[in-house]
Amino acid sequence: MSDFWILLTGVLVASCSGILGTFLVLRKMAMIGDAISHSVMPGIVIAFLLSGSRDSLLMMVAAMACGLFAVFLIQLFQNKGVQADASIGVVFTALFAIGVLLVSLFARQVHLDQDAILYGEIAYVHWNTWVVNGIDLGPKAVWLLGITLIIIVAVISLFYKQFKLCSFDPALAAACGIPVALFHYLLMGMVSMATVSSFESVGAILVVGMLIIPAATAYLLTDRLSRMILLSVGVGILSVFGGYGAAVVLDASIAGCIVCAAAVLFVLAFLFSPSHGIVAKKLRLRKLAA
Amino acid sequence: MSKAKVQSAASVMEREGAAPPLTINGLSAAYQKKPVLRGVSFTVTEGELIGVIGPNGAGKSTMMKAALGLIPSLSGDVLVYGKPYKQQRKLVGYVPQRESVDWDFPTNALDVVMMGRYGHLGLFGRPGAKERAIAMECLAKVGMADFASRQISQLSGGQQQRVFLARALAQDASLYFMDEPFAGVDAATEKAIITLLQELKQQGKTVIVVHHDLATVEEYFDSVLLLNVELVAYGKTKDVFTQELLQHTYGGRLAFLDRNSLLKTDITEG
Repeated sequence: MSDFWILLTGVLVASCSGILGTFLVLRKMAMIGDAISHSVMPGIVIAFLLSGSRDSLLMMVAAMACGLFAVFLIQLFQNKGVQADASIGVVFTALFAIGVLLVSLFARQVHLDQDAILYGEIAYVHWNTWVVNGIDLGPKAVWLLGITLIIIVAVISLFYKQFKLCSFDPALAAACGIPVALFHYLLMGMVSMATVSSFESVGAILVVGMLIIPAATAYLLTDRLSRMILLSVGVGILSVFGGYGAAVVLDASIAGCIVCAAAVLFVLAFLFSPSHGIVAKKLRLRKLAA
Repeated sequence: MSKAKVQSAASVMEREGAAPPLTINGLSAAYQKKPVLRGVSFTVTEGELIGVIGPNGAGKSTMMKAALGLIPSLSGDVLVYGKPYKQQRKLVGYVPQRESVDWDFPTNALDVVMMGRYGHLGLFGRPGAKERAIAMECLAKVGMADFASRQISQLSGGQQQRVFLARALAQDASLYFMDEPFAGVDAATEKAIITLLQELKQQGKTVIVVHHDLATVEEYFDSVLLLNVELVAYGKTKDVFTQELLQHTYGGRLAFLDRNSLLKTDITEG
């Protein structure tokens, strides 16, 4: 049964981050995803200190607030003339450091393991179940991720055309009266949510891999946005199964294996994609030369 | 769509004597405290092609973006057909600079043109068969029907520009802002674009174009707006596109104008 829950958790993480990652990659905001995933740390710690529990709604809200705060700060610094990459670097390391500081200060009082936040432990997911009136409803992580996925799918499919136009041509989107900033923060809010929902299973660092690598892989495989989203989710799910299999065989970190599997798939697409792959490009050039 | 065109052309005529397509009052904008546009005011006449001319950094693109609310303006009002721009968005079409978007975006030419319809679809509306038909028609008008399903990164610069223009047509606006549509396009595309602009004009639409090539200004535009941070002059091309005013607009940077034959026709005609 534990295999089932681990794989289901992984599939949910892959689905959430595959959808959102597509938009991050297309908007050239991969590093914003990284920044958010680190910046939620102080939110998680503060919420944990206040509620004393790992899976409160408060934690979700606090983490989301921190993620959006990070995005807001990055934007603010950029608007005031700080280099884009420098402002990302400043904001997320500073917020993350506050999180580390808080954990070290209060580590005695709270059972919050730094490693658990950073690297997650998907293998323990099925231990922490949601019990209502004595009925075991399954792991809390699955519930959390499931709800997050439903929200993401609902928001993206309702406002697909807005997200698409804001990604491709924000100037036209604004001229059409689409509130570009609102959709920007909506996307960032969902990225924060997905990060918090995932941190227990894959951790704050590896979730970035799940956000970016499958989406970057899908980018190499298709020329349509809708297909890119589906492929991104597909590549993520494939990585979960491949990675979990490898982890069982090697007796190694599951999350580590999953992200490595995603990286392997990326390299394969990079080399052999029929449209964007290195090999196909070389062959086409040779044909032209002949 | 052609029916709608006829109707909108008719309504333009009925509106004769009504509010002008665009009135800008005291528009100013700045980047990082440095003013790039200062107190620009003008009113455009319906059914004209208007060229916006000025040196690099004169605030030509900024003026368009500030008028459309894409960047914050420090002051000024923008009235479209007599009402604030925000109430009249559907009447306004915009063609950004080609370099402003990522042409590696996973989408094809038809899809980009359909984006021109998004402003008409409302909050939850989805583009369907009707939007697809309109988009195909607009692609055909710019001679790009055969490239509808082509990935946009595989189009040449000129073809990409034509896709952008087809998207503007799909917006079915009455007033258009075009930011350097002629920049870096081939001769065939330049011809296709100017033919299209003439067509829009004949339908009673008003088109404001940021333009760089001084040699074609007199041929293309009814009116000219000379801009260098401040408005230098605005009026009919024959009155405003003069050597004196151009020197004033470009400062000392336009020495070649003396040698250039482009103004001679103007002098002899005048």
